[in-house]
Amino acid sequence: MKRLNLQLLTGIFVMLGLAAFSYQAVTIGGGNFRQQPGYTLMARFDNISGLRPGGIIEAAGVRVGTVSKIEFDPDNYQAIVTLRINEGVPVQEDAIAAVRTQGIIGEKYIKLTAGGFPDLLSDGMQITETESAVSLEELVSKYIFSGSSE
Amino acid sequence: MLKSIENIGAIVISSLEQTGRTFNLLLIVFWELLQPPYRLYPIVRQMYFIGARSLTLIIVSGVTIGMVLGLQFYNILERFGAVDLLGAGVALSVIRELGPVMTSLMVVGRAGSSITAELGIMRITEQVDALECMAISPGKFLIAPKLVAGLLSVPLLTMVFDFVALFGGYFVGVYMFGLPEGSYMNGMTDAIEWVDVRLGLVKSVIFGLLITLICCARGFYMHLGKAGSQGAEGVSSVTTDAVVMSSIAVLFSDFLIGALI
Repeated sequence: MKRLNLQLLTGIFVMLGLAAFSYQAVTIGGGNFRQQPGYTLMARFDNISGLRPGGIIEAAGVRVGTVSKIEFDPDNYQAIVTLRINEGVPVQEDAIAAVRTQGIIGEKYIKLTAGGFPDLLSDGMQITETESAVSLEELVSKYIFSGSSE
Repeated sequence: MLKSIENIGAIVISSLEQTGRTFNLLLIVFWELLQPPYRLYPIVRQMYFIGARSLTLIIVSGVTIGMVLGLQFYNILERFGAVDLLGAGVALSVIRELGPVMTSLMVVGRAGSSITAELGIMRITEQVDALECMAISPGKFLIAPKLVAGLLSVPLLTMVFDFVALFGGYFVGVYMFGLPEGSYMNGMTDAIEWVDVRLGLVKSVIFGLLITLICCARGFYMHLGKAGSQGAEGVSSVTTDAVVMSSIAVLFSDFLIGALI
């Protein structure tokens, strides 16, 4: 009885610990193990400054995917971004992908705006309409330096 | 003058010896652990002592730490109007730093001290010598189960501590300050990556091994310590020593791991 009791309590302890661990790993730190069903699209940008793999893709303010890969194209001096779009989210052929900032100093994310074409993009295709990251410094300097001449 | 230099030298040599003995013990015990017979029950018993019996302490201190963090972070974040970050702040500091460190310090105080005292008393009452006479390896019989149990228990306890502390912070944020529930939980899930959980896990495994190793080695080799530390008084001084040393080892290796990973 004594021995059983001890084993039982140790067993409870181990299960508690493992349960707490799996809660943290899956719920809090999670998303890395299970990949949501979806498809990938490509997009070329002139400047994605600040965007990182794992960044959020939003449409109408709702999260609809993640940035899975960022590559550099040495021929055109452009960034090739691989977007993973969740299943059930249609992206039209003329949809616009824009690099935007959350707030003024927040993280960069990609904003998808629906297009008007009836044709949808499928796995591996490319979004042609893109808008690059808007650099706050560039805007400010343009305003300062062009303001006097006008 | 010369005497004092000699003293400094003696202290350096004895502490180096102690470190060497400690890690030598680790190698010996792990080598012996690989040889048959393999016995699981002693490990379960030590896990009961180090892990299951510490559970109440860990849960109580975890809730308290979580609530304190929630309170303090709320006060700080309120000034910057960034109360939404409460969940992220509590979760990051608990999972990356406080969870492993606090748990290890608690285990040192509760289980580490008694491990040292137990082994020290077995040494001075010549029970260790008796084991050796019977051709039973004291390393395998006494120390191996404690080391393995420490290695397994401390990470598990850390996870329980983290979980409980997060809900301590949740309680303070949501029920005391009326923060929207979603902003705490979302802040938490957005800020914590798998990397953070892994860092906490790596830390707790290393701490678990380190504190049981230091406490075991101090008690087991107490007869090799400085002259005059024999008998009951010796056990008490060695126990104090073990607690101090393992706490320092935890804090210092915390810094090292944090800097490396």
